[in-house]
Amino acid sequence: MTQSVDEIFEQICALIKPFNNKNVPLNKDTVFSVDLELDSLTVMDLLSEIEDEFDITVPLNMLPDLETIGQFTQAVQKLLSE
Amino acid sequence: MTLDLFDKFDPILKDYNSLPDGAANPFTVSMEKVLSPTTAIINGRETILAGTNNYMGMTFNAECIAAAQEALSTQGTGTTGSRVLNGTYNSHKQLETTLKEFYGTDHAIVFSTGYQANLGVISTLAGPKDYVVIDADSHASIYDGCAMGNATVVRFKHNNPENLDKRLTRIRRDDPEAGILVVLEGVYSMLGDQAPLKELTRISKDHKAYVLVDEAHSIGVFGETGRGVAQEQGVEDQVDFIIGTFSKSVGTIGGYCVSNHPKFEALRLVCRPYIFTASLPPSVVASATKALELIASTNLRSKLLDNSRKLNKGLKSIGFTMGTTGESPIAAIIVDDQNTAIAFWGEMLKEGVYVNLALPPATPNRLNLMRCSLSAAHTFEQIDFMLEKFELVGKKLGLIQEVSARATA
Ligand SMILES: Cc1ncc(COP(=O)(O)O)c(C=O)c1O
Repeated sequence: MTQSVDEIFEQICALIKPFNNKNVPLNKDTVFSVDLELDSLTVMDLLSEIEDEFDITVPLNMLPDLETIGQFTQAVQKLLSE
Repeated sequence: MTLDLFDKFDPILKDYNSLPDGAANPFTVSMEKVLSPTTAIINGRETILAGTNNYMGMTFNAECIAAAQEALSTQGTGTTGSRVLNGTYNSHKQLETTLKEFYGTDHAIVFSTGYQANLGVISTLAGPKDYVVIDADSHASIYDGCAMGNATVVRFKHNNPENLDKRLTRIRRDDPEAGILVVLEGVYSMLGDQAPLKELTRISKDHKAYVLVDEAHSIGVFGETGRGVAQEQGVEDQVDFIIGTFSKSVGTIGGYCVSNHPKFEALRLVCRPYIFTASLPPSVVASATKALELIASTNLRSKLLDNSRKLNKGLKSIGFTMGTTGESPIAAIIVDDQNTAIAFWGEMLKEGVYVNLALPPATPNRLNLMRCSLSAAHTFEQIDFMLEKFELVGKKLGLIQEVSARATA
């Protein structure tokens, strides 16, 4: 099963929901630390949910480059295609 | 215009500057005079130390002090050299032999701190093609060891065997040959919970991963001869590397790693935090060696856990929300509001009890904690005094109800 970028984006947004206490509208440019005010620990917890949802390994090493939902989406798509 | 390098700290300075001034500021308090492992003069008043890591009360042990004094006067104040350049004395070798005997292992390497032991061992063992798999609640030194190395770093949910299994399964699916190092702690220091080492080591071994256990808070405290949680849970043969520190139960400073791996000594040639820093001063080496000998044969462990059960039980019956149960030397009260926690800490100090204020991100689940770590050197009278003050301050801050309102404990 291959997912389109849009499907991956929607799945990630669903996972973010429990972390999005202020109901900030989500788009590909949403920045975790700024728009969602998530600290680094919360982003790591979210990463863990994403790993299990897509059954992939997302190394912590990638986190510094994953600031937006769009970047996360691209990373997941790349890992799924490997 | 050039940037001020310090601008990035503005948010944290803003928080810091909102803390109370003077005696009630947890970052500026200092001890005017240390009287014993459990007492000091702070702000001019005799205070019970309820938040040290002095689990065995070793800092004032007469034999350890005598050994340190002897080493100081015969070997001098410091080595002025790295372990590989002028900094290895016979006493460093002797300390490593004592560690090997203490753990029954073939190899032992001493570092200058436990922080450096984690930094060095993790960053060196796991290379660019390897994986390090760590518990989400790992100590900063473990995270930093990962950041310093070149391995792929994967994190699993705290103490969750199933979550670890999923991650190891994925890594093996993608990379059947990879070297994998799973890093665990015997006791997690904030809430004193033990790792379920039986399950975690079994899963790690099923996936042919190496296991490293950091016993910083469990050496001296658990296991029949004080080796820690791996000994307590009977899984020492499943653990490839044990890391520990002399800065808690051992009562001084320093770190170490022990192992039976036949090539373990190679670390001395490649591990930068071992090579590029000065070795421990002789007096520290001497007191650590003596303390290890004492710890192996002491019965202070049961006194320590009795103390912890007494404090934990007492705090719970007063009506506090506890994060701990008394199975480790830690007693931690959960305080919902951060400012209340800060005020709580200041009031306790005014009453003559120094506890640890532990705040996120150093705590799991973003908890604000009033954290005590007990010592075998605490007397029951001191614990009664702590309980009395906790109750007084807890009521003052509205965290617990009046005595009359609660059931008899
Ligand atoms: C789990 C753990 N590992 C390592 C360390 C570092 O030990 P040291 O004080 O020897 O640097 C600590 C101490 O804070 C710790 O709690």
